[in-house]
Formats: sequence, C-alpha cells, structure tokens
Amino acid sequence: MAKAALMDYDKALELFEPVLGFEVHVELSTKTKMFSSAPNYFGGEPNTNITPTCLGLPGSLPVVNGQAVRYSISLGLALGCSIAPSSRFARKNYFYPDLAKNYQISQFDEPIAFGGSVDVELPDGRMFTVPIERAHMEEDAGKLTHVGGATGRIQGAEYSLVDYNRAGVPLVEIVTDIIYGAEKDAPELAKAYVSTIRDIVVSLGISEARMERGNLRCDANISLRPRTVPGEPPAPLGTRTETKNVNSLRSVERAIRYEIQRQAAILADGGTITQETRHWHEDTGTTSAGRPKSDADDYRYFPEPDLLPVVPSLELIEELRAALPEPPAARRRRLKAEWGFTDLEFQDVQNAGLLVEVASTVSAGASPQAARKWWSGEISRIANARSAEPSALVTPTDVAALVALVDSGALNDRLARQVLEGVIDGEGTPQEVVDARGLAVVSDDGALIAAIDEALAAQPDVLAKIKDGKVQAAGAVIGAVMKAMKGQADAARVRELVLERAAAS
Amino acid sequence: MSEITQEQVAHLANLARIALTPAEIESLTKELGSIVDNVAKVSEVATADVPATSHPIPLQNVYRDDVPGNTLTTEQALAGAPDHDGSRFRVTAILGEEQ
Repeated sequence: MAKAALMDYDKALELFEPVLGFEVHVELSTKTKMFSSAPNYFGGEPNTNITPTCLGLPGSLPVVNGQAVRYSISLGLALGCSIAPSSRFARKNYFYPDLAKNYQISQFDEPIAFGGSVDVELPDGRMFTVPIERAHMEEDAGKLTHVGGATGRIQGAEYSLVDYNRAGVPLVEIVTDIIYGAEKDAPELAKAYVSTIRDIVVSLGISEARMERGNLRCDANISLRPRTVPGEPPAPLGTRTETKNVNSLRSVERAIRYEIQRQAAILADGGTITQETRHWHEDTGTTSAGRPKSDADDYRYFPEPDLLPVVPSLELIEELRAALPEPPAARRRRLKAEWGFTDLEFQDVQNAGLLVEVASTVSAGASPQAARKWWSGEISRIANARSAEPSALVTPTDVAALVALVDSGALNDRLARQVLEGVIDGEGTPQEVVDARGLAVVSDDGALIAAIDEALAAQPDVLAKIKDGKVQAAGAVIGAVMKAMKGQADAARVRELVLERAAAS
Repeated sequence: MSEITQEQVAHLANLARIALTPAEIESLTKELGSIVDNVAKVSEVATADVPATSHPIPLQNVYRDDVPGNTLTTEQALAGAPDHDGSRFRVTAILGEEQ
C-alpha cells in the first residue's frame, strides 16, 4: 500500500478548518447483558457466557436490564442531557456474523438522552464545551477472528471464527454534535474529550472504561473545510472520514492529527476525500481505507417489536440526578487543592489521562506526591516503551502497596522499580514479588556492619579521611557497601553506620 | 395510489439478501403499494390527539433484575452451527467489516 502524502500540520491549519465529531461507545459494567441474564464478563472461554437470546435462537425473547437503564440515565444526566420521557428500542438491520440475529437492538429516533454538553479542559488549561447530540442504549456485538491469509486481517482470510461472549453486552453510544472551533487543538481536544468521558463513567461507577479491553471505544469523524475568504460566504463542510479502532487516548490524538494532515494533502492537491471508514494502525501511526459509505448503511431501522417503551419516572430521574458525582471540572479543582500539586504537576497528570489512576491510588492509601511520581514517572515510562496505556499495566491498589513498602523502608527506590516490573509482568502483588525475588532491603544492622568493616579495612586511606572530619569521603565506602549488598540496603542507614564505625575504629 | 417503485423494491430485496425475478419485483411492487394504501387509510381516521404508538400492548418499563442466570454450554451453543472449531462458530470469510 502506497504511503499517503501528508501536509505539514501548521500549513494544513492555515488552509483548512478542522471540523470534528465523536462517537464514543461505553460498555456498562452491569452483572448481566443488556437483554438477557448471561453474565457480562470479560474473558472466559469462547461462547460460554451466552444464552439463547445472545444467539437469537428461535423462541428467545429479549428483556431489558433495569440496571443498564439506570446507568444510562445517570450517564445522560452527567452529560448534561435531557432524559426522554419515553424512549424505545429499534432494530438496526445488517448482515454480518458479529451478531447472530442479523440485526442489532439499538435506539434510533427515540434515544434515552439528548441535547447535552461536556466541558473539556485543554492541555493549556482552557475550557472547551463539546456539544452532545444524544446518548443511546444498544447491545455490543460478538468478536470475529479472521483466520488464514498472511496478516490476520479481513483481506485474504479463508474463514472467520465467531465468539458471542461479547454479543449483547450493554453499551451506551455517546454522539456529539458537529464540533467547530477546535482549530489547531483538534487532536488535543479529541484526547481530552475521550479522557473526560472516561473520568465521568469511572466516577459514576458504570464502566470499567479500559480502552485496551474495548470497554471504551472512540470513532472519530473529521473533515476539513477551506478557510473563508473575506467577503465571501463560508465554504460548505468538507467530506468526512470516520476513523475506527482507536483504542488508547494517545491514539485518539495521533489519529486526528494524521487525518488532518492526510486530508489536507489530498485537498490541496485538487483531490477529493472519499466518505469512508478508516482504520487506525497503532504500530505505523497511520489510517487505511475501510468500507466506503454506501447502500450498506441503509439499516432499515424499525421499532423493536419484542421490547416495550422505556418511560422513566420523574422520581427515578431526580433520584439518579441527586446521586451524581461532582462534575469533572469541579472534581479537578477539588483534587488539585487536596493534593497540593503545583499547576504544572497537576496538568501533567491531567494531560497524561492519569487523574483517575492517581485518585484511586491516593484512595488506596498512598500520598498524592508518591502516587503522582509513580504514575507519571516509572509506570508511564514502561507504558511508553511497550506502547500500552499506563492503566493497563498495573492497578492503583498495587501501586499504593508498592508506595507503602517504600514508606516502611522495606524497599528503596531502585528495588521498588524492580518490584514494579515484576508486578507488571504478572508475578503477583508487590509483596509477592518481594518475597519471590527476595528483593527486600537488608535492614539487619549486623550484616551491614560486617560489610562496612570490610569496606573500611579495604580502603584505609578513606577511613583516615573520615576520621580527619572529611565526611564526604564516606561516599566511596557507602558505594562499596551498597555494591556488596547488591543494592538492597537503605543508603541513608549505611551512611549513618559508616560514620559510626569509622569514629569507633 | 402509493408511490412504491420497482427501484425501491429491488433496493430493499438487495438489502434483505432476497433474490427476486423481474416478474416478482413487478408483482411485489403492486402488492406493497396496496398495503401502503390500506395502512394510509388509518391516518385518515387518526386525529391529532391520538399519539403514534409502536406497540399494541399498553405496557412499559418491563425490566429484568441484573442477576446472572443459566448459560448455554459450548456444546449446546454450537449444536445448531453449520460449522465450528469446537469452541467458536466458523463462517465463510466475510468481505465486509464491523458495522
């Protein structure tokens, strides 16, 4: 495949205005699926978490999960939406084996929530209001594995294998209105928007929101329109593309930037944009053409005859509204004050999408600074090296346990980093890694003193200097002792003991 | 008379993956047209104070508790499958993508 030409980003912004739109799918963390009592559970052997309804077998009937409706209403309210006095489900008809029924139960003309907005904070601290058109309930589809062909992709596959465990998992699809005015910050806005949605659903406790598992998925629509020439009417909107498979916050930002540069190059060259789905490739940082929009998008929606209207009472809506957590912007202000972070420290955490992780780690007992240091530092470094999301590597509970081990003196920083790697590599909790790898700091003074006496004896000139009051000379002995202890000692304690032993000799 | 056209019928048949002969398209166009005409008669008696309904039974808010129930075994799930690999349904390679 030929590599697409890209225009310089700043040049593209000079010539064109980016126009955005997002569809974010959120998998709800209910115990059961949207329309059947099958467990809603990630993983598991293929085709085990399914009922006749998940397979659309004859005679099976869907029944709405009441908890999923409550979660959807809460989410709608948190997005500033109105809740429809009456909403209904609809069938979206298409032929594809990711659902066995040949239709997906979704909502069409009567979504449960509509007309809201979300305030999103850009990296420079500016607030941007993203308009929300609607949020509707639907069911997730099964998972296809394409077999045969060189690349495991659809092209060239000999057959496909279908696992319906995910079929019927409750989803809320959040659709924005057209977003104007993001300008050069379009990529950052995209990332900040998805990050904010993630913060909202996590604080509501309605989704695991783990992007690497597909709990939260973003389809990014983008088009470019030429800058208005003074004295002339604004140009019409450009043709948009929809980029799918964007499975991390970092990818959302990169995909938008890439599409702006790609579309700008085509338009500036006199070409036209094809309205199509594009697939994001994390490894190459590019998008490739997928399915063109065509007849196949004629889904022939009609009201789902097997389900009844959802008519939430005002009491229920007000009860859920009263139980909403504080809005993300207010929460950010509160956390920043509570944690005592500087503007820069807080923005680093915020821009890295680590607010939830740091907050959870603090809740689990770590100090805010220690939580920030680990997430923004070592964990982010490893995540970057492995092209993963930090949150996918380690849990806040484990990070808090690691911090506790450091605070208690059982680990020094160097050992703690080794323990972290062990935890990330699946060797267990921090304590389990410490035990299994024998990584604890040597706190037995006897062992330290023996090593110190040996080091002092080996370096009589250093000993003389220390006795002469030149304490900085102790560094050489401390180094030798730390080496003898294979780094598993508390350097401050070693220093104390070195000075003590030198004075006593 | 309704405005159902042969093009619409052919388009719908294509979407529904139903192969129709030209003769079938012609007769179905007439039949669908008369069905639409008959349904349209209802609009003549429906007044503005009768809300549209999508369901004949006056019920709403029928919910299930969020409690896991029985599931199929893999053998049961695959029992009716034309083809499988022991744990997953096997389908012919699809020239298409997720919707």
